Amino acid sequence: MTRLVMAALAAVASGLLMLPALAAGDLEGGTKQAVNSSAIAMFLVFVVATLGITKWAAGRTKSASDFYAAGGGITGFQNGLAIAGDYMSAASFLGISALVFASGFDGLIYSVGWLVGWPIVMFLIAERLRNLGKYTFADVAAFRLQARPVRILSAVGTLTVVAVYLIAQMVGAGKLIELLFGLEYLVAVAIVGALMIIYVAFGGMVATTWVQIVKACLLLGGASFMAFMVLLKFNFSPEALFQAAVTAHPGGVSIMGPGKLVSDPVSAVSLGLALMFGTAGLPHILMRFFTVKDAKAARKSVLYATGFIGYFYILTFIIGFGAITLLMNDPAYFEVAADGTYNKTTGLLGGANMAAIHLAKAVGGSLFLGFISAVAFATILAVVAGLTLAGATAISHDLYASVFAKGRSTEGREVLISKVSAVAIGFIAVVLGYIFEEQNVAFMVGLAFAVAASCNFPVLVMTMLWSGTTTRGAVAGGSLGLISAVVMMILGPAVWVKTLGHSAAIFPYDNPALFSMTLAFLGIWLVSLFDRSASADAERAAFAAQFVRSETGIGAEVSASAH
Amino acid sequence: MSSQHEARIDEIRRHPDFAALVSKRSRFAWLLTVAMLVIYFGFILLVAFGKEILSQPLGSGVTTLGIPIGLGVIVSAFVLTAIYVRRANSEFDALTERLAQHTERS
Repeated sequence: MTRLVMAALAAVASGLLMLPALAAGDLEGGTKQAVNSSAIAMFLVFVVATLGITKWAAGRTKSASDFYAAGGGITGFQNGLAIAGDYMSAASFLGISALVFASGFDGLIYSVGWLVGWPIVMFLIAERLRNLGKYTFADVAAFRLQARPVRILSAVGTLTVVAVYLIAQMVGAGKLIELLFGLEYLVAVAIVGALMIIYVAFGGMVATTWVQIVKACLLLGGASFMAFMVLLKFNFSPEALFQAAVTAHPGGVSIMGPGKLVSDPVSAVSLGLALMFGTAGLPHILMRFFTVKDAKAARKSVLYATGFIGYFYILTFIIGFGAITLLMNDPAYFEVAADGTYNKTTGLLGGANMAAIHLAKAVGGSLFLGFISAVAFATILAVVAGLTLAGATAISHDLYASVFAKGRSTEGREVLISKVSAVAIGFIAVVLGYIFEEQNVAFMVGLAFAVAASCNFPVLVMTMLWSGTTTRGAVAGGSLGLISAVVMMILGPAVWVKTLGHSAAIFPYDNPALFSMTLAFLGIWLVSLFDRSASADAERAAFAAQFVRSETGIGAEVSASAH
Repeated sequence: MSSQHEARIDEIRRHPDFAALVSKRSRFAWLLTVAMLVIYFGFILLVAFGKEILSQPLGSGVTTLGIPIGLGVIVSAFVLTAIYVRRANSEFDALTERLAQHTERS
């Protein structure tokens, strides 16, 4: 442990050398809003520390296994934290507390959906995935099926999820940083892009993991402090907190029960399915299970991750209610009209998503506001780094090594392709972030989950659990799920009406998962059932051996740390 | 894959312990999966069709029945996961371990 701390310290010190170039860009923008100097200072500390980690990680990244899977040397507890850091986005921190702030109980309904996928990951996916795969979930899907078509499909599924999720993160990051740090939108997006490229291209999975762990600790620590301060004001009586909130909120007691969030049950169930099974199909999350040594550690990872994420959503609920009680009666936090009135639910300075940020100032002063702003930035970085690594791995490990080079590539070359891909993904993300600046990107996270639930998840589950699944079935059903999810999303209210400006949606529901997931499973099942090719018989026969390994771990990839 | 390895895989597949492990664990995992689905979608349907039930105050205060139920769904996700880990760590791991040892010598 001391060796690790020493290494980290040395790395931070050497990371300082890289500081001036970045600091110049940051401080120049920061002068526009002097208030945020503490935020910028704390963010710089985070950047220096993570660059230090990256340098240290780069020294430890020698093989492909190190680059893609941190050599399998991450413990279950560390991986649980890293998963939490990979999964809890700035959108869930700021967005859910903002939803609680605006409508109370509805925020809780929404946050629950983001957690319930984790038990599913545990019961159906985690251990089998670890037993069968090496670096990507495509390894698992291609275990007994034909590598070429299955890996192409998995890579397309991965890259679609990564692209839409990245756009949502980049646009959110740019807007948030513009607001919190006073930087230009494009500068903010470029800084995010540059940092994620550095983390992933130089430090691979080791750096990505530790950036995610540091971020998870900061976010959980900061949110815990805020919730503690809120509860302290009410002598730890939730009833007293709710009383004060009901008095302060224009909605009165209506904020204590369900409001307008679930007006259409079909949409609600469809979104619920996307969140629940999409979590079990997110490539950057699935990839994390290959960083631990065996199925037992994978199991432990999910338990810790579920605990941390669940705890975090409870905190956001307290934070949202705290913001109602502490902010709503103070015009200093609102856009106030000439006649002295302000809208208590939508008129927050900087927009609706700023509830948690303003609360940070209310409970901890401007220094803590700086800390929480820096944490919000760090939160985005950890998520985009995970996404970038997942995308780069799909390109190098699934597309390049298995499809184009047909297994004739070397390990070193594959990792090089991955690093180049990370740089390319970073650049594309910055460009897309710029293009989509003025677009409504709120639907993109929903689309990412819908695609993950309708392509990646069905392919993974059916190849692992049903002996009858054939290559044709998996490819047909997975493609059907992917295409139908994207098409229904485009024809639905979020894109067709809100983004493209048509008057009525062709597909009536906000999230397509209920239909696209059903199509995917039906497609895999039916096409496999009627697949009479010779290769299909061989694939069905190969299930027995796969099943033994998937259920027992006997013959599974041994982690690199073991040799 | 060596034929020795194939023979071992085949032996495991035919071993009664393997059948026991797989049937016990998959029944347990599916049971917990269904429990999670029922809890979550039950909650969503309650939100859609039973708004009054969730908005009912507990006692004389403003805290509603919806608060413990909503937080209960969050806690249940963790508890179900923990229940699985508990049984997997003891029973399933022991069965797997025994299976691995029994077939190693052959």
